[in-house]
Amino acid sequence: MRTSETEMLAVEVWRGAATGTFQSFTVPRRQNQTVLDVVTEIQRDQDATLSYRFACRVGMCGSCAMVVNGRPRWTCRTRVSEAATPEGALRLEPLRNFTVVKDLAVDMVQFFDKWRDAHGHFEPAAQRPADFAVVPPATPARQAADAAIECIGCGVCYSACDVVAWDKDYLGPAALNRAWTLVNDVRDAGQDARLAAVAGDGGCQCCHTHMSCTSFCPKAIAPTYSIAGLKRALFWHMLKGGAR
Amino acid sequence: MMRASHKQPGFLAALLHRLSGVALAIFLPLHFLALATALNGAGALDSFLAITHTPLVKASECLLVAALATHMTLGLRILAIEFLDIRERTAAMLTGCAAAVCAVGLAFLLNVG
Amino acid sequence: MTPVLFIAQRVSAMVLALAVAVHLATILYAIRGGLTAGEILARTHHNIGFFLFYAIFVVAVATHAPIGLRNIMREWTLWRGPVLDVVLAVFAVALLVLGMRAVIAVYVA
Repeated sequence: MRTSETEMLAVEVWRGAATGTFQSFTVPRRQNQTVLDVVTEIQRDQDATLSYRFACRVGMCGSCAMVVNGRPRWTCRTRVSEAATPEGALRLEPLRNFTVVKDLAVDMVQFFDKWRDAHGHFEPAAQRPADFAVVPPATPARQAADAAIECIGCGVCYSACDVVAWDKDYLGPAALNRAWTLVNDVRDAGQDARLAAVAGDGGCQCCHTHMSCTSFCPKAIAPTYSIAGLKRALFWHMLKGGAR
Repeated sequence: MMRASHKQPGFLAALLHRLSGVALAIFLPLHFLALATALNGAGALDSFLAITHTPLVKASECLLVAALATHMTLGLRILAIEFLDIRERTAAMLTGCAAAVCAVGLAFLLNVG
Repeated sequence: MTPVLFIAQRVSAMVLALAVAVHLATILYAIRGGLTAGEILARTHHNIGFFLFYAIFVVAVATHAPIGLRNIMREWTLWRGPVLDVVLAVFAVALLVLGMRAVIAVYVA
């Protein structure tokens, strides 16, 4: 621990919903403390009315995502020593671009509605194939899908995206990233409809390559490059006379 | 507190790309009108060019040339990511773009009569 | 933006990448020792190569700029919808007309 670190943390926490205010708390700094530890200590010892989400607390589920000092991240995987200012200040807000339910908990419905709208789900063939599909992992399509497949829908990328903030129709990095994994799935039979879905208002062409999603994804997925892949797929599909 | 997404180099790239584009879009009709004075003969175009010999106009021209170079280099970045699937390091690439823009601006200043 | 506008934007961008590179080189060459109408027109007068180059340049720019402005208006202002599209279409036509007028001007002068 640096000798210049403060002993107490000054924590500002958003209280309310769309309107509200920041409430200040003082929390002792502890060794190896995570931001989730801080929120939990506040809720258990100081203000039981504080609402927040977590589940696994070991960086697997993505439930604890919130904005910490301006950056969306998983609080269970964020050390206070890394995130707090030199003066020991923390500002905790709910994820941006979501409707706030209460305090630090947001409504994920629109996020997953856009996942559905982007056709981020597998479409089986009308006829069941005679045998199991053989998909060698080393093929370019499968490698492209595997590079993006680990998304757990935590919402950090959606919170970070400026275009989501500017354009309410934009499907967002997570939904488009998932669509890209399916575009590369050779077993999927719904490619035409999926390309049409990611080409509409709010489709992949709205991405302006700010790359915040790629910077902040806790699973090191790069939605920017998945979306670029969708743009290429769409470009060639349309030039070959595909449906608009 | 500035949100973290606005501190990303990709955001700066997109912002510069957008602002330089707006500057060029405003400039372009004026550029076309100026050139079209040649319809009234070379003398008419020369009369227009004569008023551009002030330091303020020269500085503005330098900025416009820089805006053009900025918009092009950052546009090439977009085309490279989208069509060539280039996984670039944005900060390093931005530095390269800035260097190219400075070179173009400097070349303009050194050559302008 | 719609997929058609997206493709128009990217294709015009590729054309402009080449055209702007040539234009920047031309500017840096042409301004040496001062810019006069005589010098410009000596290059462009009855030069079919320059005429075609600038004509293509104008078409690409008239496609590219309004689509870019449309994105900015829709994302940074509350203005979206058919009226915006009409205004920008008019701007596109204006760029095309003014641009071709300039291209013709330096060809015939």
